[in-house]
Amino acid sequence: MPADRRILSPMVVLGGLSALTLLSIALFMTLGARGKWDFILAFRGTKIAAMVLVGYAVAVSTVLFQTITNNRILTPSVMGFDYLYRLIQTVLVFQFGSGLVATLDPRLRFGVEVASMVVFSGLLYWWLFNGAGRGDNRRSLHLLLLVGIVFGVLFRSVTSFLQRIIDPNEFLTVQDRLFANFNRVDVALLTVSALVVLAVSLVGWRWRRTFDVLALGRDAAINLGVEHRRAVMAVLVMVSILVSVSTALVGPVTFFGLLVANLAYLVIRSHRHALILPAAVLIAVLTLVAGQLVLERVFGYNAALSIVIEFVGGLAFLFILVRGSAR
Amino acid sequence: MIDVKNITKRYNGTVVVDGVSLSLPAGGVISLIGPNGAGKSTLLSIVSRLLPMTSGTVMVDGLDVTTTPGEVLARRLSILRQDNQIMSRLTVEDLVAFGRYPHSKGRLTEADRGHIAKALRYLDLEPLSGRFLDELSGGQRQRAFIAMVLCQDTEYILLDEPLNNLDVKHAVAMMKLFRRTADEFGKTIVLVLHDINFASCYSDRIVAMRDGRVVHQGPPEVIITPDVIRDVYGVEAQVMENAGQRIALYYQ
Repeated sequence: MPADRRILSPMVVLGGLSALTLLSIALFMTLGARGKWDFILAFRGTKIAAMVLVGYAVAVSTVLFQTITNNRILTPSVMGFDYLYRLIQTVLVFQFGSGLVATLDPRLRFGVEVASMVVFSGLLYWWLFNGAGRGDNRRSLHLLLLVGIVFGVLFRSVTSFLQRIIDPNEFLTVQDRLFANFNRVDVALLTVSALVVLAVSLVGWRWRRTFDVLALGRDAAINLGVEHRRAVMAVLVMVSILVSVSTALVGPVTFFGLLVANLAYLVIRSHRHALILPAAVLIAVLTLVAGQLVLERVFGYNAALSIVIEFVGGLAFLFILVRGSAR
Repeated sequence: MIDVKNITKRYNGTVVVDGVSLSLPAGGVISLIGPNGAGKSTLLSIVSRLLPMTSGTVMVDGLDVTTTPGEVLARRLSILRQDNQIMSRLTVEDLVAFGRYPHSKGRLTEADRGHIAKALRYLDLEPLSGRFLDELSGGQRQRAFIAMVLCQDTEYILLDEPLNNLDVKHAVAMMKLFRRTADEFGKTIVLVLHDINFASCYSDRIVAMRDGRVVHQGPPEVIITPDVIRDVYGVEAQVMENAGQRIALYYQ
């Protein structure tokens, strides 16, 4: 019986996904190439690198976030991260003018953003666990999420308020940065982002079995000897760093993480993060690269990939919500 | 030995556990009984470090549960609460294997596999071992969780209403299993029970709570009497003796 329940073994699924991802990357690099190869490879290589990094960061951060919150609907963007990112950028332009922001070293700007996000999640978390959420920690995680939603609305409102009173020319500069676009990636950020993601991954990989236990829920994790509070805190820091990377590179992508995480749960049918995380990453990269390929070759750059992904992701979100409530 | 000293738990001024001191010697089956809201589950959660206490201390074999590292306690004491919801897609065997995490941190050894197989066998789960948890009935899932906790192989096993969702056959089998685990392997099993007759027939000791306090404790022959039951639950009961076991009748 159990044999035919798992239609495909996780290793086969991972192998298939890897092959598809490599194929789509190869096609993206070579299809319709006219002119000098060294230019084409460098130009397209930058885009690929950005897509891999963003896909990776979004996939891992969403899966880990869902692991510590024990749900499959909420994603880090619910915590208000992408709105904080928009707010930081808007405040920078508002305060210093678009001229200065444009000349500011992107790595410095990136550092400021990552630091703000880590501090933000850290403060919120400790405030909730040491103050408002004293006692029953199960409730306080829900409180954390609720506070995240309220913060998101607050950041969004402040952002749009600032954008309304800002100089129209400066507003264009801000708006330009707010929508995800793989055709306008900050090259200087790629290397530093890659290093940051690598460091987080090395730490995360050593924790993969702890993640499996955390997914059982707080009580079971404590019973099995995991220092739950510390582990959740560490995961939150990892998540905020990864979200910073993806938003700094291409801007907020709200439903993308939800889409790839749930697809990964669907095809892997196992509880092990050693399998789920790679699958989510591969699905994310595949979606981005193949989507961008279709967009460039079929629609001739006439649509933004983020709009398509957000549309499909939003539908998936509704589907999961409706199915969840019907059960 | 579990040593509970002066435990108080307060939620915004409401006292749920009120200065409980209790000393539970190692070995045997101990049942916690009492009406709803008496603080039994809260006390169990505090003893197993799932809930912080407002004041007081809990020592397990001389280890303070609030300061001892979680992984050390996890090899000595295990807890199963009610209502276990799991997001992950787990088979029964996967779940039971998690019971070995405190010992092997996820890398299963041959000895671990032996423990898993034994737990599956004891709880009559062998035919279900490959099934996913969301395909099981409530009672089957409850047995899977208890198998995980037994697989953890700790000195002290704390269970909050383990008979939930179980039919008569499996409830009796479960209580017999607890009895056997205590007798053959010298484990200490602390149960929150609602059925006082199960408590009467299978425990070495019964602790009765009401309004956040321990009001009576002792062996079944001392606790299962009309006077104590009236005092704890506020109902009139008739107590019959049958083959050396005391059965309370309170259905009228």
